[in-house]
Amino acid sequence: MGGEAAIIVFIFVAVGFAWTWLWRQRVTEKPWLQEGLVDDHPSEIDHTQPPARTALYVFLAVVASVFSLFFSAYFLRMEYFDWRPLQEPGLLWVNTVMLVLGSVSIQMAANAAKKSNIDMVGLGLIGTGIFTVAFIGGQLWAWQMLVAEGAYLYSNPANAFFYLITGLHALHIVGGLYVWARTTRRVWAGHPIHEIHLSVDLCKVYWHFLLMVWVVMFGLMLST
Amino acid sequence: MAYVALADRGQELAHPHTWIGKYVWCQDHKVIAIQYGGTAILVGVVALVLSALMRLQLGFPDTFSIITPGEYYQAVTMHGMIMVIYLLTALFLGGFGNYLIPLMCGTRDMVFPFMNMLSFWVYLLSVIILMVSFFVPGGPTGAGWTLYPPQAILPGTPGATWGILLMLISLAVFIVAFTMGGLNYITTVLQARCRGMTLMRMPLSVWGIFVATVLGLLAFPALLVSAIMMIFDYLFGTSFFMPAIISLGEQLDYKGGSPVLFQHLFWFFGHPEVYIVALPAFGIVSDVLSVHARKNIFGYRMMVWAIVAIGGLSFIVWAHHMYVSGMNPYFGFFFATTTLIIAVPTAIKVYNWVLTLWQGNIHLRTPMLFAIGFIFTFIHGGLTGLFLGNVVIDLPLSDTYFVIAHFHMVMGVSPILVVFAAIYHWYPKITGRMYNETLGKWHFWMTFFGTYAIYLPMHYIGFLGVPRRYYANGVTDFMPESVQDLNAAITIAALFVAATQIIFFWNMLTSIWNGKKAPHNPWNANSLEWRTEQTPPVHGNWGDELPVVHRWAYDYSVPGRETDFVPQDEPVREGGGEHRT
Repeated sequence: MGGEAAIIVFIFVAVGFAWTWLWRQRVTEKPWLQEGLVDDHPSEIDHTQPPARTALYVFLAVVASVFSLFFSAYFLRMEYFDWRPLQEPGLLWVNTVMLVLGSVSIQMAANAAKKSNIDMVGLGLIGTGIFTVAFIGGQLWAWQMLVAEGAYLYSNPANAFFYLITGLHALHIVGGLYVWARTTRRVWAGHPIHEIHLSVDLCKVYWHFLLMVWVVMFGLMLST
Repeated sequence: MAYVALADRGQELAHPHTWIGKYVWCQDHKVIAIQYGGTAILVGVVALVLSALMRLQLGFPDTFSIITPGEYYQAVTMHGMIMVIYLLTALFLGGFGNYLIPLMCGTRDMVFPFMNMLSFWVYLLSVIILMVSFFVPGGPTGAGWTLYPPQAILPGTPGATWGILLMLISLAVFIVAFTMGGLNYITTVLQARCRGMTLMRMPLSVWGIFVATVLGLLAFPALLVSAIMMIFDYLFGTSFFMPAIISLGEQLDYKGGSPVLFQHLFWFFGHPEVYIVALPAFGIVSDVLSVHARKNIFGYRMMVWAIVAIGGLSFIVWAHHMYVSGMNPYFGFFFATTTLIIAVPTAIKVYNWVLTLWQGNIHLRTPMLFAIGFIFTFIHGGLTGLFLGNVVIDLPLSDTYFVIAHFHMVMGVSPILVVFAAIYHWYPKITGRMYNETLGKWHFWMTFFGTYAIYLPMHYIGFLGVPRRYYANGVTDFMPESVQDLNAAITIAALFVAATQIIFFWNMLTSIWNGKKAPHNPWNANSLEWRTEQTPPVHGNWGDELPVVHRWAYDYSVPGRETDFVPQDEPVREGGGEHRT
């Protein structure tokens, strides 16, 4: 019954979040009584907030719902008799460390960008690249190990979910690496710091998010 | 802080000078809207022809045996999928969303014009992939638009090889396109409104499109997940959805998968999808009614709250599509309750539309006729929804024509009537020409009565227990012969309505050249899209300055005013003088 309780809690949190946001936008006011300019109104747009950041948050909400749907499918499928839990290779712990290090170094890059320290930004970005590529390589290696043990994609639903979800997660990271590469190239080409500040910051958000997805996913697989 | 609008802060609009740059690889939201809308309508015509083929088979099984049983199922599947996703979703969000959001919010374009353009081209790709499936070996999938496994990918189902694969890939591509568009719609509404345009001053069309986009972004992932997992089951032999099964006398390698799991995922997308189509229609119809009744929309706040509430509730009703699917019957109680609760905000909206008309100065122009027609068909379809939302009534009716009648009234005819209302309403702005009013009225009355002639009788044959999805009914004890007569009549009505649409296309196409030149604001409406300096608006929409909003969009027939409308960007008069209650 844990699943149902989690869903109900999730619904309440989502509704609460939406309601708070709408409340702060004053959806209870009567627009027909209100004339003229309203420059101090809370739902006037905050122009210090770059649209790309809003778009990234919305996109992460979409990605989050993709992964949570996979997780709920995982739970539902688990209850059938043919489910044999997968023995996760220990290598995944190493990969986790790699991904954490990637997150740490992108955080360093973002902090450095805030202080306009362009050298540290470059260093942080390169570190992020190395650790993240190491993570992807490690994931592929873990797949190899599983295949060598005879744990194929189709031999059990637990395996199928493992390959599918880790593969999808890796694909998202590869997508992030594309943006990372563009940002790094711009740092390399000597663009001024205010032009790359936002990109580094958005990369940071994305990396932390994918780390969080990975931790939830890995925890889920270890515990089942 | 001095107000600097987003669109004027160093964001350069690409102004191409070649024909291809202006109309093909174009980043102008208005051109993208027309590309989206045109593609959606074209592919919708394909679905219309498919429905005509099905009706010929059902109405005159002995005279017109044009299609085989397998082709019948392929037509059913493609008709449903095209109409729901590739026509309605794309037209409301990609078409009207693209056209109306920047104009109504007073911005120069979407926030990410390049991604917006990409969204259309990826959508076109998904349509092409879908159309290709008509020409591959085995033809398109015939699994029903819900694509239920196991039969969707088993031999014996039409198109169980290439057809289903192309369908799943096309859906995944469509979702990518929708996500790119959706990020734009949300970010533009949140971040690019002009000065003075608070959320509660936005026209309801924008509210409907906005909330529908949120629903789409959260619901389409469920379809993506189920499509990916089904592709894995089909290509790699996994058993996510596929149970142990004997097919054509042969034990397959699948074991232990859960078809009901697919249904949960599918309907977790599928029910919000109904509201992805309905909410923009609700919003647009509210604006059309208000403008042509020269009255403010009744209960604006309630309308906004109802849109949000319906959007939220739509995520917890999905299993009412599965009462007969072998799901745990006790779940049915929960889902019947939530389903009936959703009737409350929906009824609020219907009452408010009717009360907007009450004592209004009603102008029965073509868009208004379609909007009022929508109220009829929507109440009709909504009421039958109350029947089907209850488990005990749904069980006997679920597999009959009653369901066909219900969902065609509520999410086929009703949104399409709004599409027509919207096209007629904004046609002068989009093309700069007036359409032919007489032809428009003929189009309305023939379509309106025609659709009733199609779907009203289906309720009766549904009560008789005539099963849906059947290629031919044959001879049975419970069906009197008159059922076949009614089926023939329905077919004639369906062909009549299909032919009627020629009037619409003729009117739309010839008016581009022959129509009277449209004034900037032919309906004397308040919202910003009617306040552009050029008609049709140029790339960038506004002149040197963005509009500034001083009021909501519904100041019609304000006492003490010489005109019966006060546009949103008109400043407050010195000394007031208006009576506000």
